[in-house]
Amino acid sequence: MNYVLLAEQFFNGFQLGIILFLVAAGLTLIFGIMDLVNLAHGTLYMFGAFFASTFVALTDSMVLGMIIAIPAMLAAGILLEVTILRTLYERNHLDQVLATFGMILFFNELFLIAWGPEGTGINLPPYLTGMVTLPGGIAVPEYRMVIIASGLLIALFLYLLVSKTRIGMLIRAGASNREMVGALGINIKLLFTLVFGLGAVLAGFAGLIITPITQAESGMGESVLILAFVVIVIGGIGSIKGAFIAAMLTGIIDTMGRSFIDVALLQIMDTVAAETAGPAISSMMIYILMAVILAIKPSGLFPPKGA
Amino acid sequence: MNLQKLKTPLGIYNTILVLLCILMPVIAPIIGQEFYTDVFARIMIVTIAAISLNLIMGYGGMISFGHAVFVGIGGYAVGILASHGIESAYIQWPVGILMSGFFALIIGAISLRTRGVYFIMITLAFAQMIYFLSVSIEKYGSDDGLTIDARSDFGVSFFDLNDEMTMYYTTFVLMCGCLYVSYRMINSRFGRVVRAAKSNDERMHTIGYPTFGYKLTAFVIAGMMCGLSGLLSANFEDFISPDMMFWTFSGELIFMVVLGGMSTIMGPLGGAMIFLFLSEVLSNITNSWHLIFGPFLILVVLFARGGVEGFLAKFEKRNG
Amino acid sequence: MAEVLLKVDNLTKRFGGLVATDSLNIEVEQGEIHAVIGPNGGGKTTLIHQLSGMLKPDSGSIHFDGADITHLSAANRCHAGMVRSYQITSIFKDFTVLGNVAMSIQAKEGHSFRFWKNADKDFDLTEKAMAILDEMDLQDRADVLADNLAHGEQRQLEIAMALATAPKMLLLDEPMAGMGREDSERATTYLKSMKGTYTMLLIEHDMDAVFALADRITVLVYGQAIACGKPEEIRGNAEVRKAYLGED
Repeated sequence: MNYVLLAEQFFNGFQLGIILFLVAAGLTLIFGIMDLVNLAHGTLYMFGAFFASTFVALTDSMVLGMIIAIPAMLAAGILLEVTILRTLYERNHLDQVLATFGMILFFNELFLIAWGPEGTGINLPPYLTGMVTLPGGIAVPEYRMVIIASGLLIALFLYLLVSKTRIGMLIRAGASNREMVGALGINIKLLFTLVFGLGAVLAGFAGLIITPITQAESGMGESVLILAFVVIVIGGIGSIKGAFIAAMLTGIIDTMGRSFIDVALLQIMDTVAAETAGPAISSMMIYILMAVILAIKPSGLFPPKGA
Repeated sequence: MNLQKLKTPLGIYNTILVLLCILMPVIAPIIGQEFYTDVFARIMIVTIAAISLNLIMGYGGMISFGHAVFVGIGGYAVGILASHGIESAYIQWPVGILMSGFFALIIGAISLRTRGVYFIMITLAFAQMIYFLSVSIEKYGSDDGLTIDARSDFGVSFFDLNDEMTMYYTTFVLMCGCLYVSYRMINSRFGRVVRAAKSNDERMHTIGYPTFGYKLTAFVIAGMMCGLSGLLSANFEDFISPDMMFWTFSGELIFMVVLGGMSTIMGPLGGAMIFLFLSEVLSNITNSWHLIFGPFLILVVLFARGGVEGFLAKFEKRNG
Repeated sequence: MAEVLLKVDNLTKRFGGLVATDSLNIEVEQGEIHAVIGPNGGGKTTLIHQLSGMLKPDSGSIHFDGADITHLSAANRCHAGMVRSYQITSIFKDFTVLGNVAMSIQAKEGHSFRFWKNADKDFDLTEKAMAILDEMDLQDRADVLADNLAHGEQRQLEIAMALATAPKMLLLDEPMAGMGREDSERATTYLKSMKGTYTMLLIEHDMDAVFALADRITVLVYGQAIACGKPEEIRGNAEVRKAYLGED
């Protein structure tokens, strides 16, 4: 058993968990507070990637480009909310699903036309292309540490925001009882817009921070979106804590599971069979996890409303 | 069925839909658009899937975002068996339908324990899981799919699906069969229970109905009917691929059901016809037809929730 | 001594720090109309939820018709003969009036895995449903969509649906809720006509109706029964007056 390899895979999974958390946090808030099934959340992730790529190309600096992209994401999110999404709050879930599905199709096509199927990307500046060596000989790419560190910082910020500030209190209250918050005389429209904006920034940040490793391409949002759904179902809709734990669990199990399964299967069956069964089983694992958790706790691990 | 209803705008519309299906192999060559016959064959195949979705979503309120997966299962049953040399329809078709039912049983048993939003996402997640599963199995073509050399064999010389007309009208008859079955099911005692559960699930419990079993049964029946759609698709296209069950297809199915008119018997036919026809025509004009289609989808949702059937029904009320 | 049909022993339900029902004891005798009254927040709704099976009690037991139903599901309690009606009308809005009642009858009759025969033409169901509608004086509204009924008629339909399951006992959760004077009087009349045929646990705020209908009254305050007895006894009870009216 190669522990070093496993540890490296652990960091890989950690990174995936961070990305999933950023996307899922916004999604679960939007869900929990506005009761909006937002399929277009993956599109926001894609916006982040493309915005950042554009600004990085314009400013010729990765850091500056990414920083500028953040308020751009906020603006884009608010724009979408005020124009289309706001009309969907009172609608039933089916309408929301269809309308946001339409948005996905539209934007994927738009970005496909604008940037072509190869999309675009961000090149890592030379000072970030190296490796960091941790005790035990574990080698982790520098940029991965950057992703993990920034993700954890954001998680900390979110935690402080939600538990220590007044806005956070409104968010928590709204997640467990929407009508009450309205009755308290708070400007609900503004709260919703802000929450959506926050979600957009989080998703957009995930998109931009991962772009140097992957690419910015049309349709990149959807695979993340579905995993994010799994995460918030496991974690409990409306719960940021649940989203964090579920995201970590998901990212680590998915990544490490894939390596583990390959190794484990090779012990018990021949190479050909293992090579067939391996990918098949690993791709199913996270969904099996979801099914198991749902069988025991249908409302997820940490539902804020209580079961 | 009430013949008077055929004289209403709604009745005329539905009659036209059916007539188009019957006559397209004749009309298409006359107007010089041979490929329309293929389009309509596809329409009828997808209609069967849409009918099954309407059963559980339109009437039962279960918004399944993973319904396309059953199309895939039915299709893969044909494809996998064919690739192993089993071409008999008498094996392929029952296997396909039963496998769809089986998967529907498992997915439904877990998903139906949840409600609303959770249900939508879980059905989506399970469908994706099966999609990834089929992509990962290299033996049956993985991403690229699998070609089928010969269509399901019924063992009689006068009924050969490899003949295009036989294929077309078999599909037509099966589609009509599904329409009729859904009509009878919806109006039966069982259908009543499913519809009432959509209307007020809690009340159903307090008058004595544990609704889970009924919903699951409906889900399985819908899964099997959808599997039939997959069987036909595999035969018609002579090809199967994981794309048959990609989640966007599930979304398109939902749209077709809503567009045609949810919880109406004929709605799925109209919805599938309009959607597929539009997408064929539009995609011939431009590759980027999603640019038009996306906003169209949003507009239908915002302004035409009752779909075409709902719109035409309003005409009746105003005149009648 | 009349037979006890419903026996509630030490029923307790807590929501966090709040005790909604507190070691509650109630007995409902066969054939009686037993009213439960009390100020808002007293635990009446929680009581009905626990009786009908929508909520599980934290401790205590419920015995119905000799059997322990504490852990029985809502649907099975209905089959055992205990059915509830709702304070906030809970009907099938997109079904007709006849359809609503037919649904209840179908629940009782079973045979719900019939997939082929048209239920509208199922005379078994429609005849029995019409009979119930006749009883409730709703037969003229049989083909009206339940959503289009007036509020008072919807409350009647509420009760009709409960009756259609041929229960031994009705749990009526504020049947007069939202009713005007005329409707209330009519409702009181038909509930009175059902006395003896059905045993009833009646939760109500409308005191005229309560005193006209009830054989016995239990007063629920802060989850506890502070008094139980015949209407005249309750009327004269000092503690009850204090709970309702404050210091005189």
